[in-house]
Amino acid sequence: MKRIYSVLVENRSGVLAKVAGLFARRCFNIDSLAVGETFEKGVSNITIVSSGEKATLEQIEKQLNKKLDVIKVKTFSEEESLSRELILVKVRFNKNNRRELLEICDALGAQIADISKSMMTIQMCDVPEKTAALMEMLASISVVEVARTGTLALPKCILSEKQ
Amino acid sequence: MLGADAMAKCLEEEGVKAVFGYPGVAICPFFNSMLSVHIDRILVRTEQNAAHAASGYARVSGEVGVCVATSGPGATNLITGIATAYADSIPLVCITGQVDSSLLGSDVFQEADITGAAESFVKYSYLVRNAEDIPRIFKEAFHIASTGRRGPVLIDVPIDVQNTTITKFKYPEQVNLRTYKPTVKGHAVQIKKVIKALSKAKKPIICAGGGVILSGARQELRHFSHQYEIPVVSTMMGLSAMPTEDPLYFGMVGNNGKSYANRAMNDADLIIMTGARVADRAISQPDLITDNKILIHIDVDPAEIGKNVGPTIPLVGDIKAIFEELNQYELKADFSSWVALLKEYKAQAPVRKKPRDGFVDPAALIGRLSERLAENAVYVADVGQNQMWSCGYHIVKEGLFLTSGGMGTMGYSIPAAIGARAADPDRQIVAVCGDGSFQMSMMELATMQQHKLPVKIIVLQNGYLGLVREYQHNTYKGNYSVVDLSGSPDLTKLASAYDIPCLKAEDMNGLDEIIDRFLKIEGPVIMDVRIDPLDTVK
Repeated sequence: MKRIYSVLVENRSGVLAKVAGLFARRCFNIDSLAVGETFEKGVSNITIVSSGEKATLEQIEKQLNKKLDVIKVKTFSEEESLSRELILVKVRFNKNNRRELLEICDALGAQIADISKSMMTIQMCDVPEKTAALMEMLASISVVEVARTGTLALPKCILSEKQ
Repeated sequence: MLGADAMAKCLEEEGVKAVFGYPGVAICPFFNSMLSVHIDRILVRTEQNAAHAASGYARVSGEVGVCVATSGPGATNLITGIATAYADSIPLVCITGQVDSSLLGSDVFQEADITGAAESFVKYSYLVRNAEDIPRIFKEAFHIASTGRRGPVLIDVPIDVQNTTITKFKYPEQVNLRTYKPTVKGHAVQIKKVIKALSKAKKPIICAGGGVILSGARQELRHFSHQYEIPVVSTMMGLSAMPTEDPLYFGMVGNNGKSYANRAMNDADLIIMTGARVADRAISQPDLITDNKILIHIDVDPAEIGKNVGPTIPLVGDIKAIFEELNQYELKADFSSWVALLKEYKAQAPVRKKPRDGFVDPAALIGRLSERLAENAVYVADVGQNQMWSCGYHIVKEGLFLTSGGMGTMGYSIPAAIGARAADPDRQIVAVCGDGSFQMSMMELATMQQHKLPVKIIVLQNGYLGLVREYQHNTYKGNYSVVDLSGSPDLTKLASAYDIPCLKAEDMNGLDEIIDRFLKIEGPVIMDVRIDPLDTVK
């Protein structure tokens, strides 16, 4: 079972280490992790995707809430969330595979963000399944390097309205 | 005023009577400022024991214990003591000196990242960057340590921050922590559910953990138990929640507990688990506990509930507040036949097999000692076989039973007893340890003498690390490895080097007189007790 934790934390030094350390110490999985500032000064958001048994996922929320630098923990399932991941893939191309690359980009809605004579960087922002699909499609082509953000997520508007 | 003066002033504002510590250059400004406040400064002989002493102080006074060490090795030596306090939820404020702020992260002499290293053993930690923050940080640290689920808080203060002049000192009246608001009052709906479940139960039992003692709920729990005639068992940390000879008390649970306590837990149809984390030593198969019974779990820490066992009725809040509320209800129930059955179980309990002649029987010694101890005596047990015998045979009256239950830290008893003495100069305080645990803390005999903090120490000598020897006997067919304590000092000579009287008990002959003399001696005293090297706890 997967679960998404959107954690508001005090923007102090060492907070990310404390949160990541908590996951390591208690053997909780981190499938992905993304950190950024919020609109409120001094408050950051850590989005963590974790997977495990129901009881473990519940413990994660409780243990996060115990941390004094954690302001608020919101948790939701994949279905309840709007999630996005940004991925950058640098590939080596030649005239034999150029067309194929463009077709893949076209089919998945990815863009070419940077290009030189023999290399291009493909960018894509979509749900994690789609970015995973892009990776799979590109696997047979010569990938030079990859950077991805980890999942960012917010609960769907309809859910937030109800609360 | 310097940052260091502000630190000392904060401790005074908090009403701290004694600090336990060990200096070094990085904490010297603080110790210099301590000369101008009325707080005892107790020099321990190794930093770990400063934390244990602060723990003993906290557990007897009910206040926050304070320990202080310098940067680098001073700070890292504290960690075992901090972890011990964390495991047993003991409120401490641990102050460490740190290298100059401008040198942080450059691996200079005696620099250790103590806030990083101690992270998983503290409730919270601060690295002070600005001297003006000192009053706020100290106020918060004492508040965090002593509320909710209690625990250690670390304050790391670079030497330049201690030496910075601050413009004005104002100790805050209140804390303002948006992320920390522990639940005190139990949820009314859940409390009603507890009463309802109890009214339907036939065989209810309360399992009292250390939380009962920490929240000061002993009287409320006893009242609850007596009012509705509900029997009580306890975990190791819950020993002294009930007097041992209370007719409704049925001993300690767990693999080193009483058979009848475990039978009571197994037979019960409703368990009120209160202030206990349901760890492996108390409940061997926590996931099975709810198979055929209702489990009510009361704890101030919501994360404890559902961690090791999924309860039927969770109830978050301070145990004292919750039992005060539970005591308001009328409950029509009659559990007398259940209590009678437990009394039968107790009567059927196997008698401990008598150890070989020619030695002192530790169980008999502890029992006879207990009979003679003052009503409110503090009994500090160390870790090892001595701890198991203490748990099994010490009879608690109105006093306290202190031990390192969660972490099982050897060497805890002597420094903790010294801390307990600093908190209460009039109480009878006895530390009971083995020859292994004694040698982990025997340097503190000097602390005891220097600061006139006398405690009575009983050393059960069997020449082995007994509990490990017993384990190796059972698991490795008696192939002993690294458990022989040959080379141990002659205790009479050692005691005499510290100018401490030492009584020897070599066998059962005249044991009562020796115990009487031991208790009568004013000031510190050691009892050197010879027990059978092959004696076992099971």
